[in-house]
Amino acid sequence: MTIELRNISKHFGALKANDSISLTVPPGCIQGILGENGAGKSTLMKIFSGFLKPDSGEIVFDGKSLKIDSPDDAIRLGIGMLHQDPLDFPPFRVIDDFIVGSPGGIVPDRRKALADFNTLSKQFGFSLSAEVRVGSLTVGERQQLEILRLLWLGAKVLILDEPTTGISQAQKEILFATLKTLADQGMTVFFVSHKLEDVEALCTKAAVLRQGALVGSMDRPFDKAALVRMMFGREVELASKSSIAPGKKVLTIKTGSVDSIRLRIKDVNLQVRAGEIIGIAGMEGSGQDLFLRACGGLVEPSGGQFCLDESETPMNGKTYHDYMRQGVTYLPAARLEKGLVPGMSLAEHFTLSVKPKSAFIDKKAAVALSNERIAAFNIKGRPDSPVESLSGGNQQRTLLSLLPEIASLILVEHPTRGLDIESTIYIWGKLKERCTAGTAILFISSDLDEILRYSDKVLVFFAGKVTPLIASESLNVQKLGELIGGVGWDALEANNNA
Amino acid sequence: MLDDRKTRILFGSGSVLVALALTTAIVAATGNNPLQAYANIIQGATGSPNVAANVLVSWVPLALATAGLLFTFTGGLWNIGIEGQITLGAIFCTWALRSLQNTALSPGAIIAVAVAAGMLGGMLWALLAGALKTFGGVNEIFGGLGLNFVATALNLWLIFGPWKRPGVASMSGTLPFEPELWMPTISVQSRLAPVPLVLAALALVTAFILLRGSHFGLRLKAVGKNPRAAYLLGIPTWQHMLLSFALCGAFAGLAGAVQVSAVYHRLIPSISSGYGYTGLMVAMLVNYSPVFAGPVALFFAALGVGSIQLPIVLKLDSSLAGVIQGFLVLFVLMGNGLRLKLLRRKRGTL
Ligand SMILES: Nc1ncnc2c1ncn2[C@@H]1O[C@H](COP(=O)(O)OP(=O)(O)OP(=O)(O)O)[C@@H](O)[C@H]1O
Ligand SMILES: [Mg+2]
Repeated sequence: MTIELRNISKHFGALKANDSISLTVPPGCIQGILGENGAGKSTLMKIFSGFLKPDSGEIVFDGKSLKIDSPDDAIRLGIGMLHQDPLDFPPFRVIDDFIVGSPGGIVPDRRKALADFNTLSKQFGFSLSAEVRVGSLTVGERQQLEILRLLWLGAKVLILDEPTTGISQAQKEILFATLKTLADQGMTVFFVSHKLEDVEALCTKAAVLRQGALVGSMDRPFDKAALVRMMFGREVELASKSSIAPGKKVLTIKTGSVDSIRLRIKDVNLQVRAGEIIGIAGMEGSGQDLFLRACGGLVEPSGGQFCLDESETPMNGKTYHDYMRQGVTYLPAARLEKGLVPGMSLAEHFTLSVKPKSAFIDKKAAVALSNERIAAFNIKGRPDSPVESLSGGNQQRTLLSLLPEIASLILVEHPTRGLDIESTIYIWGKLKERCTAGTAILFISSDLDEILRYSDKVLVFFAGKVTPLIASESLNVQKLGELIGGVGWDALEANNNA
Repeated sequence: MLDDRKTRILFGSGSVLVALALTTAIVAATGNNPLQAYANIIQGATGSPNVAANVLVSWVPLALATAGLLFTFTGGLWNIGIEGQITLGAIFCTWALRSLQNTALSPGAIIAVAVAAGMLGGMLWALLAGALKTFGGVNEIFGGLGLNFVATALNLWLIFGPWKRPGVASMSGTLPFEPELWMPTISVQSRLAPVPLVLAALALVTAFILLRGSHFGLRLKAVGKNPRAAYLLGIPTWQHMLLSFALCGAFAGLAGAVQVSAVYHRLIPSISSGYGYTGLMVAMLVNYSPVFAGPVALFFAALGVGSIQLPIVLKLDSSLAGVIQGFLVLFVLMGNGLRLKLLRRKRGTL
């Protein structure tokens, strides 16, 4: 079906999040939506899927104007949206989350749902288990679950708001292949992304938003430079690589092992030195997030020795707060759930993040601090904005702006998840400043380019196995992709033994 | 544009009116004249200096309980166990008074120690509920309910067992203490003691200062709203929860101690008198704001005292006060829910 968005406008207070946007999308089209952080992409998609009500404008399907008042209405009309931050139920089992929104009466047909779930899951090549808790899934797996759920509910139009930021290269390829198949069958897909490569690989058309307005659109083949100019109004240069000579030991792991119900990581030997940036790659759920948490005391290692700084005393059994006192900080991927406190303002967050000078809050200093941080991290928001009202990218900037002044080791999951190109460069600039000052960074990313571009050394996880540190110069996307998929490990091990 | 403040006032007063209308209907349905009933309540709460003093007497434990609950609510905790904490405060206070009454200590010192003991008792009982939650994984609502039963049982056992009146134990409680161990009142006939009044006001001020302006309050709020994020931000999560329990318990214990040393001068079976539960209602009604907690607690106290004589004058039960209080909380909460829903729809945010 042909979808028309006509003159959609939406204000939040004085802010024009969408300014009379009109867009026509033919059936079977994969429509890319591009734009910098805060451009209004999510807002437009939320209006389309009934989560937000526009101030004015119309949504037209095949010439018929639609009234969409709620996500329920939208899904009944066949419009399903995958949100930037997952809207699922962490304490539920996967299968219950899958069933919960279905119109199947009071007693859902679990057996049929389970069969459907497994079929769909197999079709996409996802390895989701129906009985585990949603809360134990990674961001990427939760996105997968949500896609399956929407398809199962009969979505004919699929809206994906930055779906590729949390999933691995291999899963991305499967996802893209499936989306293309679905599009060939006449499904319309809206694909919001910051990654031009993804848009290039997948989309038939691309539209660019800037400051709430539609500033241009393009059909395949895309002129990437032109798209970047439309997005930012200027050229953007990628940062060049600059390594810092590694300093003293920050983290030493000897024959470390970490266990979870699903996985066992063992025999990790690793040394991280001040100023180093180490990228951690691997398929979702290969153990990298578990390992990263163990490096910060958030999961207790099941064996080996985890030592900080030059000390020989292992930190095994110590809590995250003990690690924090030694200068370790951990930034989670699920920002609204674990990183920020919804219902509290930016100013309150910043106040929490600094060591108090007295027992009482100096309100003036708090506002000054907020304005300083907001400016330094280029956050679109005011000191009194509640964090949940910020756009996804701005929430991510906020999370990074909460890093303590002094840190010896930063552990971070998907540092630039949801950031536009310009912000990515900016945030990495900030992180690199830290490295120059002697901080080491251990980061997980599903973006292989990001890993290769920013890290000095790379660790690859595959089903609980871990490679030794590999110099990133000796890798390329192809080789790294193979390692992530479990190919080429023998050669690596032979090399290592020699 | 519908702003927050205006809709809040609009819906707030609307809800109060609905609650009053419903109460009026109920009173009318019982064959009484509602206006007369209200006039009676007002008369009963303000008609003489004596009843007005009684309102203040009942405001003290209510304000203390509410002030304490503001901490636990901020920490995201439902301290249902507050009734038990009041009771334990009373028990500890009685115990201290009994142990010290025949010593050489001055009465003032004995009272001071007894009040401190009461605070300690409430605090320990609250910490027990907190420990059950943080270390035992028992939801504080269930733990609190259980501990309330235990506290009541303990109280009755003491009154009818070890601490019973010489001769025969009775529902009227333990033997009253000597008048010099009573907290001084403003006059001989009055039950109104100035010291508890000041303490209750101080409790509210403390809650205001700590919750609105201190780093502790901000951290507690973060713990209450998102414990996982709070932990990652470096906030000792369970310690803050326990601390909020301890503070609430201390205030509740103080309320119990005041009931013993200033109001009843002995330990009685229903020493907590439901002030804890009423405090929960007040805290919810004021949306956990330390500013409005005091005045609304005063209003609730006035309702309670004002309706005491209803059964005598009219054929109405004094529980009418409870009905009004309950309706108020119910409708104000409902009104606020409705308001937020409408606002979201108007603004078009989910
Ligand atoms: N509920 C809200 N209340 C107030 N302002 C909002 C709300 N939702 C979004 N905004 C503002 O509207 C603007 C557009 O937000 P939107 O989420 O659409 O951006 P986006 O293009 O999706 O950005 P990102 O790439 O960072 O996800 C932002 O400035 C954001 O702060
Ligand atoms: Mg967005």
